[in-house]
Amino acid sequence: MNVSGLIHLLLFPGLLFAVPAGWFYVWGEHKAVALMQRRIGPPLLQPLYDFVKLLGKRTPSRHGIDADLLRLWPALSVLSMLGALALLPVFPGRGGFSGDAVLLVALLEMPSICFILAGFTTGSMYGEIGAIREAVLSVANNLVFLLSIVTIAVTEDTFRLSDVAGLSHNPGHWIGVFGILLCIPAKLRLNPFSTPSAEQEIYSGPLTEYAGAPLGLWKMAHGLEWVALTGFVSTLVIPAGGPWWLHAIAFVVLSFAQVLLLSMISAATARYTLQSAIRFYFRWAAILAVLVAASAVYMRFRG
Amino acid sequence: MNIIDKLMHKSRCKSPWLFHLNTGSCNGCDIELITCLSPRYDVEQLGIHLEGSPRHADIICITGPVTRNTLEAVKAVYAQVCEPKAVVALGSCPASCNVFAGSPVIEGPLSKHIPVDVYVPGCPPHPDAIIEGIARAAKILADRGVAGKKKEAEEK
Repeated sequence: MNVSGLIHLLLFPGLLFAVPAGWFYVWGEHKAVALMQRRIGPPLLQPLYDFVKLLGKRTPSRHGIDADLLRLWPALSVLSMLGALALLPVFPGRGGFSGDAVLLVALLEMPSICFILAGFTTGSMYGEIGAIREAVLSVANNLVFLLSIVTIAVTEDTFRLSDVAGLSHNPGHWIGVFGILLCIPAKLRLNPFSTPSAEQEIYSGPLTEYAGAPLGLWKMAHGLEWVALTGFVSTLVIPAGGPWWLHAIAFVVLSFAQVLLLSMISAATARYTLQSAIRFYFRWAAILAVLVAASAVYMRFRG
Repeated sequence: MNIIDKLMHKSRCKSPWLFHLNTGSCNGCDIELITCLSPRYDVEQLGIHLEGSPRHADIICITGPVTRNTLEAVKAVYAQVCEPKAVVALGSCPASCNVFAGSPVIEGPLSKHIPVDVYVPGCPPHPDAIIEGIARAAKILADRGVAGKKKEAEEK
C-alpha cells in the first residue's frame, strides 16, 4: 500500500491541507482586491461562512433540469483537483504518487470541462453563453499551457513530475514557468480573463442556475484550483534538497505570494472581450511558447 | 442548539447575499444601495455580496412601488430564492407607494403580494440605515433557518 501517496492525498497537500488553504487563498484574493480599493474587506473566516451557509440552503428540484447531473459536475471538479494535488511533487524524492505531467494536465483541465458541461446542463441562456466562452478561452490558453509544459519536459528530458520539480538553471525551465503563470488567470477565470463568468454581463455564467450545496462545491473547487495551480508553479521553482518542513513552508509561502500577485493584477485590470483574450494568447503568448519549445527541442537533439 | 446549528446560524448571519430588484423605483434607493458597496461603506466586511442571480441570494432588496409590469417578476424572483430567505423593502415606495399611491398602474404596497421582513424607511434611505436593515434581515433569516429545521424535525 502506498502510504506516502495516501498522505499526499489526505493530509498534505491533499484534503486536510487543501480545503482550508483554498478558503484562505480565496480570502487572500478578496482581501487583496479590497486593499487595492482602500477597503477593509472580508473577515478571515468569510469563505467558511459562505460554504456552511450554502450547505444549509434548501434547494427544491426543478422541472427540466437533471439534479444529479447538476451535482455531478462540481463534485467531479473537487475530486479531480484533490487528485491533482496528490500528484504534486511537494517533497521530491520522498515518495507519493509517481504520476507524470500529462496526468496532471488532464486533472487540472477537469474543472474547466465540468464548468462547460454545467453551463449546458442548466439550460440557462447565460449558462450556455458562459460555457461557450469558457470552451473558446480554454482552447486558447491550453495551447500556451501545454507548450509551456512541453518546454519544461523537453529541457529536463522527462515528463515525470518528481524529476521536473525543483529549481533549474536552464532558461527553458523558467520560460515554461512564466508561460504557466500566464495561463493561471484564464484557468481561474480572474480578470482580465473573467469572460466566462462575467458578472455584469451574464450574471455568473454557467453557475447562474446553481444554488445551495452544489454552488458551495463550486466555490470549494475554485479554492482547490487556486491551491493546485499555484502549488504546481511553486513545486517547479522550489530548489530540491533540504528538510521536508522547509519544502512545505516554501510551498505555502510561494503559493500565497502568487495569489496576492494574481489578485492584484485582477483588481488592476478590466475584463478582456473574448476576442481580445484569444488574441492575447494566440498572438503573443503562443508565438513565444512555440519559439521556446522549438528552441528547446533543437537544443535537446543538437547535443 | 447543538454546535452544527450554532455554526449554521452564525454563517447565515455573516454571509447575507443580496439580490436587488427594482419594481419601478425612481433610482434614488438603487443609488443608495449601490453606495453601500463602495469603499466608504464597504459592506463586504459584513460578508454582504450583491449577486446577479436570485438563486444565489439569501435576501431580496426591493425598491419601488411595484408597478403592474413588475408584479409577476416580484413573485417569480421571490419563488426563485431558496429557503431560508428574507425580504427587505428599501425606501417609502414599497412600504406605502409613496407619491405614486392611487395610481392605476401601481399594484403596491409590496406586503400585499409577498411577506416583507424589514422596512427601511426614507426617500431615499441613508446607506447606514440600509446596512442596518440588511443586518437585521440576516438575523431574521438565521433564526428562520433554525425554526425551519425544528419544524421539519417535528413533521418527521
